[in-house]
Amino acid sequence: MAAMTSGTARVERQISLPFKQAFRIALRNITIRVGRAMITGAGTMLGIAFLMSVFASNLMLTARGVEPSPAQAQKAAWLVAMSLLVSFVGITNSMLMSVTERYKEIGTFKCLGALDNFIVKMFLIESGLLGFFGSLIGSIVGLLFVIVTNLGFVGAFNWALALLYMLACIVLGTLLSVGAALPPAIRAAKMQAVDAMRTEV
Amino acid sequence: MSSIATAEVQNGAATTPAVSNADDYRASEHIVRVRGVKRVYKIGEVQVHALRGIDLDIKRGEFMAIMGPSGSGKSTLFNMVGGLDKPSDGTVFIDEVDIAQLDAGELAWLRCRKIGYIFQTFNLIPVMTALENVTLPMIFAGAGVDEQMEKGKRLLETVGLGDRLHNKPGQLSGGQQQRVAIARALANDPAIILADEPTGNLDQKVGEEIIQMLKRLNKESGVTIITATHDDKMYKRADRVSIVIDGEIQAVVPPEQLGDNTVDGFLAQLKEEKDAAAIRDLETAAEVTATNAAITGEG
Ligand SMILES: Nc1ncnc2c1ncn2[C@@H]1O[C@H](COP(=O)(O)OP(=O)(O)OP(=O)(O)O)[C@@H](O)[C@H]1O
Ligand SMILES: [Mg+2]
Repeated sequence: MAAMTSGTARVERQISLPFKQAFRIALRNITIRVGRAMITGAGTMLGIAFLMSVFASNLMLTARGVEPSPAQAQKAAWLVAMSLLVSFVGITNSMLMSVTERYKEIGTFKCLGALDNFIVKMFLIESGLLGFFGSLIGSIVGLLFVIVTNLGFVGAFNWALALLYMLACIVLGTLLSVGAALPPAIRAAKMQAVDAMRTEV
Repeated sequence: MSSIATAEVQNGAATTPAVSNADDYRASEHIVRVRGVKRVYKIGEVQVHALRGIDLDIKRGEFMAIMGPSGSGKSTLFNMVGGLDKPSDGTVFIDEVDIAQLDAGELAWLRCRKIGYIFQTFNLIPVMTALENVTLPMIFAGAGVDEQMEKGKRLLETVGLGDRLHNKPGQLSGGQQQRVAIARALANDPAIILADEPTGNLDQKVGEEIIQMLKRLNKESGVTIITATHDDKMYKRADRVSIVIDGEIQAVVPPEQLGDNTVDGFLAQLKEEKDAAAIRDLETAAEVTATNAAITGEG
């Protein structure tokens, strides 16, 4: 069987796998390491939960009819900035770790015939999925926390604006996840296969 | 046929037509041709010459063992032949195609379809089952799911792991992991199997099983096998043995020529001969100098 394939002296070009196939592999990658994925996702979740709770408690202040003093407004802005920073660090760190610990695997994938753009696509989908679900859960948790601690004022709560904040949080969380995973994934995909396989983390 | 190979043939034709035919014949007979391959690693200011100009022809269907002391450049040579790393100088032809000329897509195709890799450390994907590891190269080749499953199972049965399809590498012994790696290397019916010290992490008995398996594949399917090894048992099964020392090929010999010598024994013998030759050269040089001095002194 092998001798026959070697009869043709021509080299063809590797097919680019369709998005569906990359999606399936990415999903499988997440489900076979559920524990690791949860930890990575939890990084995103916590950051976004914090951010969302800050947004929601600002909304809750308005619902209570409290007119924030300049000092309070400044404190709120500072909290938003802090929570953004926490999200950023938490998400980029966990994503970076989850890619770099798989350099050897990326090298092996390349040995077996994976194209560079397939590897990038795979990590893009993986980090996108983790980022999306992480920040979805995170923003729900953050919102619930504020609602539960302020049950008396829910009547006047601006749900429309809260939903908008939630959406913003999810977009931000997803973008941050993908943005953090992409540079190391591209770097690994572009490496010579041997170098990627030799990389120790 | 690549342009460079054609050029060689033409050069030959210009001087002696008979050689041209011989070249043509040889071109189809050799699946791998390595020409003047050098690899220099730069670590800061220091340059490590891992390969110093390797020429090597490997016949289609051949079982070639590459032997040499640790650090002699065997793995580096493998990476060059397998298209996993680029030479600093020189050319590697696979089926008469200069692999340095291939773009990324063609190189991926070559790695996927034409070459199967086996490593000392197995390099299985730890989170995937044996079957998933074996079907991975088939996914990259674009095979359908049914075909993947059917062929994956059959290959694992061939290496004697029909009952371990759904075990992950961590649940398998070293020898079993290496057999999964062999099945994976065979996934897309490659023409060449590159095995870098496939028995290096295994004990004697299991190593022997792996060697027998490779030999059987070589005989039955005619796949070309190139293996680096320290293993005395391995080279005895090979058709030819290449000895690499300090990034150069010292000799390419049939294994019988090594007799009952161990690898280390043969290497020591070779080194002795080399040193003796070097001393002879030195002595000759000294004599010449002495004679010259005598002549000048007299004159
Ligand atoms: N990535 C690298 N960077 C720098 N030097 C390297 C690198 N890889 C190999 N070398 C050097 O190149 C030389 C040849 O190494 P190689 O791994 O090819 O040897 P080997 O014959 O496979 O040895 P072993 O039998 O121990 O596997 C060694 O001196 C090694 O230190
Ligand atoms: Mg080696």
